[in-house]
Amino acid sequence: MNIEIRNGRVIDPKNSVDRSSSLYVAEGRVAGLGEVPEGFVVDQTIDAAGCIVCPGLIDLGARLNSIEAELAAAVAGGVTSLVVPPDADPPLDEPELADRLVHRGAEIGKARVLPLGALTLGLNGERLSELAGLKKAGCVAFSQANRAVVDTEALLRAMEYATTFGFAIWLQPQDHWLSRNGIAHEGEVSSRLGLAGIPVAAETIAIATIVQLVRDTGCRVHLTRISSAAGIALIQRAHHDGLPITCDIGVHHLLLTENDIGYFDPHARFSPPLRAQNDRLALSDAAATGVAAICSDHTPVGADDKLLPFGEAKAGATGLEVLLPLTLKWAEAEHVDLPTALARITSAPAEVLGLAGGHLAPGAAADICVFDPQAHWQLTPESLQSRGKNSPWLGYMMTGKVKATLVGGRLVYSA
Amino acid sequence: MHNPQLNKDGELTHLLSIEGLPQRILTQILDTAASFMEVSARDVKKVPLLRGKSVFNLFFENSTRTRTTFEIAAKRLSADVINLDINKSSASKGETLLDTIDNLCAMHANLFVVRHASSGAPYLIAEHLRNIGRDDVHVVNAGDGRHAHPTQGLLDMYTIRHYKKNFSQLRVAIVGDILHSRVARSDIHALTTLGVPEVRAIGPETLLPKHLDKLGVHVFHDMNEGLKDVDVVIMLRLQNERMTGALLPSAGEYFRHYGLTPQKLALAKPDAIVMHPGPMNRGVEIHSAVADGGQAVILPQVTFGIAVRMAVMSIVAGN
Repeated sequence: MNIEIRNGRVIDPKNSVDRSSSLYVAEGRVAGLGEVPEGFVVDQTIDAAGCIVCPGLIDLGARLNSIEAELAAAVAGGVTSLVVPPDADPPLDEPELADRLVHRGAEIGKARVLPLGALTLGLNGERLSELAGLKKAGCVAFSQANRAVVDTEALLRAMEYATTFGFAIWLQPQDHWLSRNGIAHEGEVSSRLGLAGIPVAAETIAIATIVQLVRDTGCRVHLTRISSAAGIALIQRAHHDGLPITCDIGVHHLLLTENDIGYFDPHARFSPPLRAQNDRLALSDAAATGVAAICSDHTPVGADDKLLPFGEAKAGATGLEVLLPLTLKWAEAEHVDLPTALARITSAPAEVLGLAGGHLAPGAAADICVFDPQAHWQLTPESLQSRGKNSPWLGYMMTGKVKATLVGGRLVYSA
Repeated sequence: MHNPQLNKDGELTHLLSIEGLPQRILTQILDTAASFMEVSARDVKKVPLLRGKSVFNLFFENSTRTRTTFEIAAKRLSADVINLDINKSSASKGETLLDTIDNLCAMHANLFVVRHASSGAPYLIAEHLRNIGRDDVHVVNAGDGRHAHPTQGLLDMYTIRHYKKNFSQLRVAIVGDILHSRVARSDIHALTTLGVPEVRAIGPETLLPKHLDKLGVHVFHDMNEGLKDVDVVIMLRLQNERMTGALLPSAGEYFRHYGLTPQKLALAKPDAIVMHPGPMNRGVEIHSAVADGGQAVILPQVTFGIAVRMAVMSIVAGN
């Protein structure tokens, strides 16, 4: 199937492409830009007039409570690959589970599913899972999801073992003791509303510990969902020291703060918590300058689990279908140019994963997102394909709507 | 942001927190309470303001004193009072908070008095009532987690006004476990709204929330400094479980530094009053000689509490 995507503005951040031209797709790969490749016969045309044509989004964190609905949501949001944390039920700690997830994903044939294996059995932070077996079954790295490894020796051994095989470890830095009872950022809002606080030190202590262990072991570590200015500063220092550490930020943390809890809005409960304005600004700066990639941290939560008092409600928000519009919203508010903003959700996550994709050079897999950057739509439960209707943005207008999504040269979504 | 406590005319429809309420509403409640003081002194202690209305006491957390005073207040307003001890009923069968509310609405409840262990639970109920179009059902927060205990805050203000006449020249100290105290948060908002120029918080760093200064409070760690020349001392209860973790070494050390003794009270103004929301831990936060002494107004607080709760219920149900 040969496809021509015509009349669009092609933005390929990795290759510094930003121009209006046609993009040609053949045999599942990008065949060319601008000039019609030799011998190319168009089977199908996608009209991208007024639209942006960019690499498919790569989401570094999306939970799939119901895989069919969530993979449909992914491509509706322009996401062509997504990393699944291992905190499913049961946790992804056996090769057969990973194998089943990968096969199910391929069978559904929408976004590519990249599972993270559980670093420890049952995510209990004690015994290592069979990392090599999980890797063979398709896990791209190993993680504790948002659970801490309480036992520092276990963390050290996990890093040593992972280094043996060249595996990467993904960790959400959060000290167990300082975060276990908390439900909101320890600050002005938690003091006022009487919500148990999680201090910034919960994050910085964990980062400091991990950074030191990376220094000692050389293990490649990706830090997920950074929430504080002080956390970003520690990571910048680690970068300066040349340590193999990358990080990401959940898109909601670029736009919201503790103040958005308002009158105890359970939709503003996140893990890690939304922090103060100075934290948000530092996160925004880190995303703008390329210190961090951006992800959706997609967490579908049933309505019943949000219709509870703030402290009893489950944390997290739906994300796959808002990753693009919220990234655009952030970019506009913070005066980040479009290619840079798109890089944080395409080429930057590809680099974190060590993937060849995330760009549109000839020969690259044709994972492509076509979106109208001017289209407005209202976020309502009905507007989402995801089963997760939980969002602090319900009722708000979103700008930026996906028109077509291609995975491996196949049109898997069109609006 | 929409203030869930006020109706479209700016009148009180739920009492969820003191924060966000204008001074005029606080004063209206205190004035109304004053008029009810006389009712409690009568032989027939009843007024017909809530006749035919059903007040549901929904206590998701144990309380004897607060529930009893709400019950008395509702009965003096001629309401039908139904006490639900949720620990023993639906919640333990897995029914959600909002399912419970829907069921009670179907039983024609007019007013919910809610105590809940989670901060913000009464807000969830009030928002739900709005979403289902039941503007005729009202919520009074009887204590939610660490967040607020607005009727206690109001009865404390009533007590202060009763003894000190006005708020504009006062120095008020709140002593003890402010971190876990919903009473302290409500008192702080009420005092600052009513124009008290100096509100002090006294306690060890482990029992003080961060950024208290942002609420307009002066923080003291040394009780001898903090009590100097104050007009009102509000002592807070120290829960026994605070002694088991890393917050405090022992009840004895706490009492030595933050217990109110006659010697420490002597640092306050000679006519200072001593308040306590109860129940007291004698010998932990307060010396018996102070609790039973001439400056303590702890029992009058309880009496005023009934009139204040009558005022709150009659005002929200009337709006």
